[in-house]
Amino acid sequence: MRPFSYVPAASLEEAVGVLARHGDEAHLLAGGTSFVLLLQQGLVDPGVVVGLSSVPGLNTIERDGAGQLRIGAMATLGRIEGDPLVRDALPCLSEVVGRVATVRIRNQATIGGNLAHADPAQDPPPILLALDAVVEAIGPSGRRTIPLDSFFVDVFETALAPGEILTAVRVAAPSPAIRFATVKFLPRTVDDFATVTVAVRIDPSPDGRVADLRIALGAVAPVPLRAVAAENAIRGHVPDEALLAGAAELARDAVDPFDDVRGSADYKREMTRVWTLRALRRALAPSERVA
Amino acid sequence: MSETARVSLTLNGEPRTVEIGAGRTLLDTLRWELDLTGTKECCAAGECGACTVYLDGEAVNSCLVLAAEADGREVTTIEGLGSGGRLSRLQEAFLETGAIQCGFCIPGMVVAADALLRETPRPTLDEVLQGLSGNLCRCGGYTRICAAVLRAAGAADVTG
Repeated sequence: MRPFSYVPAASLEEAVGVLARHGDEAHLLAGGTSFVLLLQQGLVDPGVVVGLSSVPGLNTIERDGAGQLRIGAMATLGRIEGDPLVRDALPCLSEVVGRVATVRIRNQATIGGNLAHADPAQDPPPILLALDAVVEAIGPSGRRTIPLDSFFVDVFETALAPGEILTAVRVAAPSPAIRFATVKFLPRTVDDFATVTVAVRIDPSPDGRVADLRIALGAVAPVPLRAVAAENAIRGHVPDEALLAGAAELARDAVDPFDDVRGSADYKREMTRVWTLRALRRALAPSERVA
Repeated sequence: MSETARVSLTLNGEPRTVEIGAGRTLLDTLRWELDLTGTKECCAAGECGACTVYLDGEAVNSCLVLAAEADGREVTTIEGLGSGGRLSRLQEAFLETGAIQCGFCIPGMVVAADALLRETPRPTLDEVLQGLSGNLCRCGGYTRICAAVLRAAGAADVTG
């Protein structure tokens, strides 16, 4: 590691300015759980590190006028897990972030760092995709929002432009009729990265059909993704076991995992089918309604 | 801009200031600059919990914190538990239960367990297992470590 300068940013504007001045030399630091590892392994080699923990208010969790929940980028996963607004409006998100690694990592890792790092094995993206989340960013040309669905570009690559900073993630609170099921499949230890994660959201219609739904998958492709063909197979239909089994096969065919210590690519494909099916069944079982 | 960082923190209740390279971790700084060697380095990758300390009252892996980020904040290490030169009830319970074998993981275990008990004063065994998840003991002494935490919680129950 070569020596670098550390700049605790006092404001987002200052952080944007430092990034603009130093270009590729500058790197942002959020919670640090991934960044410090990358630094020690020589996978990032910054000349300037811009700390965001000193920016006031960047970890705020609030409900805006439109009823949307806005989670500041520097909110830690532990804070999101226990936040009363999140627990009330999005228990499915609280549950998912509560399963990330260990309590110490959750006390440090932030939602903004988690999304901007774009490691495909992270837990929060699938449930946020299922919730149609939007991220807010600020950069040299001002502020903009990016739907999470088009945010992940490739492994460790996002739609953020050079010098842009993710500032918040925004989610509309779902109506109480909407059902969720989330799965983190961990064949090794409870604090591991997942072999497969699945988030299912079902918007039921009074006549028994599925009016709309999301099936989002993590750890099984270069980016977290929605299984769109599987969603299309179910949307508008009254679900039965054959329909769900067929959709789970379509989810399996949508993924592109790589071999690693958490399973071979073939195993992960098959586990995608198995856990998608189970998550669909769980979301559709009336007694398992969680949100 | 400079490649060193001046870090003023409250360490185990005392104000301290160090000047360090901006890339140094909190763990490294505690052990090598501040002479607090109770906090252990083991995996240095956030996976084993041996370096657990409190940062502003929350347990974190100090191997994943840049010391520069601790500026203006409160850090409590294993040396800061207990008071007046006496061990805390939890530390006593570790001794009484025989939970300490080689001892290397124990400072991290104790701080992690202390954090658990602050949040959940009377944990179930399952909650102890969750709270200490990711604190690894190479001796495999988990049964007695969990027993120690439950014992400390029980004693607190009796006295408090």
